[in-house]
Amino acid sequence: MNAEALAEVWTALSQSSLFCLTLTMAIYLVSIEIYKRCNYNTWASPTSLTIIFVAVFLVVARIPYPRFFEGAQFIHFLLGPATVALAVPLFDHWKRLASMAFPLLVALVAGSATAAGSAMLIAKVFGASREIVVSVAPKSVTTPIAMGISEQIGGIPSLTAVFVVITGSLGAVGFPLLFKWMKSNDAAAEGFAIGVTSHGFGTARAFLVSEEMGAFSALGMGLNGILSAIALPLILG
Amino acid sequence: MTKAFSLLLLYQLAGEAIVRVGKLPIPGPVVGMILLLATLMCHRRAAKDFREGAAVLLQHLSLFFVPAGVGVIVHVSRIADEWLPITLSIVVSTFAGMAVTVWVLKAMTSRRGAGEAR
Repeated sequence: MNAEALAEVWTALSQSSLFCLTLTMAIYLVSIEIYKRCNYNTWASPTSLTIIFVAVFLVVARIPYPRFFEGAQFIHFLLGPATVALAVPLFDHWKRLASMAFPLLVALVAGSATAAGSAMLIAKVFGASREIVVSVAPKSVTTPIAMGISEQIGGIPSLTAVFVVITGSLGAVGFPLLFKWMKSNDAAAEGFAIGVTSHGFGTARAFLVSEEMGAFSALGMGLNGILSAIALPLILG
Repeated sequence: MTKAFSLLLLYQLAGEAIVRVGKLPIPGPVVGMILLLATLMCHRRAAKDFREGAAVLLQHLSLFFVPAGVGVIVHVSRIADEWLPITLSIVVSTFAGMAVTVWVLKAMTSRRGAGEAR
């Protein structure tokens, strides 16, 4: 096969859904391997690595994002059933969750308002444009809900999705340091705070620490999703 | 595994249907999660049908955010233009929100625990 024919095959394949899906999964597996080699260092989180590697690859190979998403949507789709599946750990820890219902709700409102309010305030004070200020508001909410809120309050949904992912990776990487600094030693409270501020990313990592932390995180994420979906459009819409 | 997955999809579908009919501002999967939780509370034994499937999905939860995260390439120039407010805003607000949630929750649970004076 000559170079010209090879280039033709490459052009056709690299623009296909199959290629983009395979690329994402392969890079994810490599990223997990890197994470292991780094002794599970939180800074080498496989998700962040995968996003960076895939993004660089797409730019270098000149594959437009919408083309990539045609393949990657099969992965994106699984966010839905995974969100439903969060009911299982919630059910397993329901007794403890229910016994703390009132403190959890007060902490939810306080934490959610702090996260969204301070995000908008800081962005505004440091001169961000209006679209950025609005798009950053729902960044602590899980992707599908955050994108919906962003659209309702006049933000840019796809930009919000990026902020959501950055927030999630940051929260997931930083929570062990924050709680160590706070000298906190309460898996339930910490898990809940992780879910309220860094949604699914934080929750995924909280499950690695303990099942209890994960369940509280899942609850925090779900409740903040519901609260923000109702409150943010009412306040900012 | 296939049964659990089919049931999860069914709950998501039911959630989507309720959201559309009721014109609710929350996404279908969240309503599906609430429906499944309600089901499990009523039929405690049903949990075993879901456990394995749910564990597999939740283990790789963060992978499912990759497609949305790669969307960063569409907004690179915009983020580069306003990188300072964006960075400060996200870093400070995420950890401030986390700290406030833990503080409030701990303050309330320890006070209540002391009040009950076991």
